[in-house]
Amino acid sequence: MTYISSLVARIKSGQVTAREVIVEALAKADEKKAYHALLSLTSERALERADDIDARIQKGEPVGALAGVPFVVKDNFLAFGAPTTAASKILEGFEAPLQATAVEKLEAEGAICIGKTNLDAFAHGGSTENSAFGPTKNAFDQMKVAGGSSGGSAVATALDIVPFALGSDTGGSIRQPASFNGVIGVKPSYGAVSRYGVVAMASSTDCIGCFAKSASDAALITDIMSGRDPRDMTTLPDFFKPTHVKPAQKIGVIKEFMTDDVDEEVRARTSEYVEKLRQAGHVIEEVSMPSVKYALAIYYIVVPAEVSSNLARYDGIRYGNRANDVKTLAELYGKTRDQGFVTENKRRIMIGSYVLSSGFFDAYYLKAQKARTLLIQAFDELFETYDALIGPVAPTPAFNLGENTDDPVKMYLADIMTVPASLAGIPAISVPGGESATGLPIGIQLMGPVRSDASLLALAESMEGNQ
Amino acid sequence: MTQVSADDVRHLAQLSSLQLSDKEIGSLRDDIVNILNYIEMLAELDTENVTPTYQVTDLENVWRNDEVENNSITREQLLALAPEAQENQVRVPKVL
Repeated sequence: MTYISSLVARIKSGQVTAREVIVEALAKADEKKAYHALLSLTSERALERADDIDARIQKGEPVGALAGVPFVVKDNFLAFGAPTTAASKILEGFEAPLQATAVEKLEAEGAICIGKTNLDAFAHGGSTENSAFGPTKNAFDQMKVAGGSSGGSAVATALDIVPFALGSDTGGSIRQPASFNGVIGVKPSYGAVSRYGVVAMASSTDCIGCFAKSASDAALITDIMSGRDPRDMTTLPDFFKPTHVKPAQKIGVIKEFMTDDVDEEVRARTSEYVEKLRQAGHVIEEVSMPSVKYALAIYYIVVPAEVSSNLARYDGIRYGNRANDVKTLAELYGKTRDQGFVTENKRRIMIGSYVLSSGFFDAYYLKAQKARTLLIQAFDELFETYDALIGPVAPTPAFNLGENTDDPVKMYLADIMTVPASLAGIPAISVPGGESATGLPIGIQLMGPVRSDASLLALAESMEGNQ
Repeated sequence: MTQVSADDVRHLAQLSSLQLSDKEIGSLRDDIVNILNYIEMLAELDTENVTPTYQVTDLENVWRNDEVENNSITREQLLALAPEAQENQVRVPKVL
């Protein structure tokens, strides 16, 4: 289904105005306030942009492929019309002087950002409970977590406030909330979409991607966002071509993702999806990837190291909030950062400082980067034989609010199946795979070699009719 | 088991420019020990002669022309973002 293209067709043909669409989306956002998916609305700017698009359509002037389509962005994307807080106190009220490239590209096609969504502060977390402004509730059960860190974007899409939303995925932050809320979540190949104007977390794994209700919608959005950006030197030349896809033939089921550590219902839904792939004519084989066992340990060295460096810039000097009543510069830094960060931010900064400090660097950081090479080699070997790999996204469906907040390691374990793709820089998507007995969505993860993003989405699309 | 003392945590906090309360030091110490114990499993991996991975794109030396870009952001806009500014400069407490 192409929900977005049919909405654009209705707007362009005058069946509905862009203003009506935006007014309706804003009303829906208000009606669903209890879920706390959104931190702010950009109503004024959104309505102005809608009127501009309506005027152009009336005059017969060209409008883009996303003319009048409302969307929301995770609040770590710099965007005009509302503050960019990264769900933190240190950036509360920060009005960005520029916009993220991803937002600019979507706006150039006529899409209209209507608001900013909730996240774990600085994207540190897997439940959106680390937001300085309170958690987001799961779209299917308000007692459950939204997942995270892009929980607000997943829930806004699931609740049909908007047809698509943007998020960032450093270790699973798009895929896991997509799984918990029954929508598609795309983590593209590393470097596919510019990171310019998005609050940096871990620069070597940060990826920008989208949430949508169908694979073809997700492909449309990814196609528009991807490509080289002179403002992000890690971007790859545009390779995303939805029309030039390689149909998947051989698909490997990762054995290590189907152990007893993974919830029984999650395994059952995954096996059912695999069976449907088999019926659709794909060759399915079980594959083993022993090194995935180490992925989470690698991740929790590499990522905090990069976090400690990237978060050094929040010092209360040039922008953001500054602690009051300080006498010295050291006190200014120390108090500002203590007050501005949530506990999880501090935890990761401190772990990062630890693994990078002299005497420990070789044992932790260097060791992890070597282990990362072994993990990438294991993926490369499998992709010589298999076009795609499959497994669950998360070990469980959405858990209860408050259930894992006191145990950081337990919370980290929720990322165990999403971090391998992040460390390897390969594309990975979460597709809806049915529900648990209690009605909670369960996502299936498809992974492919670098630059196979469009083929993965085509595979997901080919399966949508079979659900 | 990795040993981390409260003083180690205070030192880390200082390195990280975080002024923490004693209560925070205590609970972060426990968290850090648990996390370090988890990541310890990497020790069993043989990484002899393995090249470390620092980036995954294989892009190298991405150049651009050394030209001043037209930027729409003004000095006034940037100064307005600073918590304290005075006479076109960002104000901080006395350093020396």
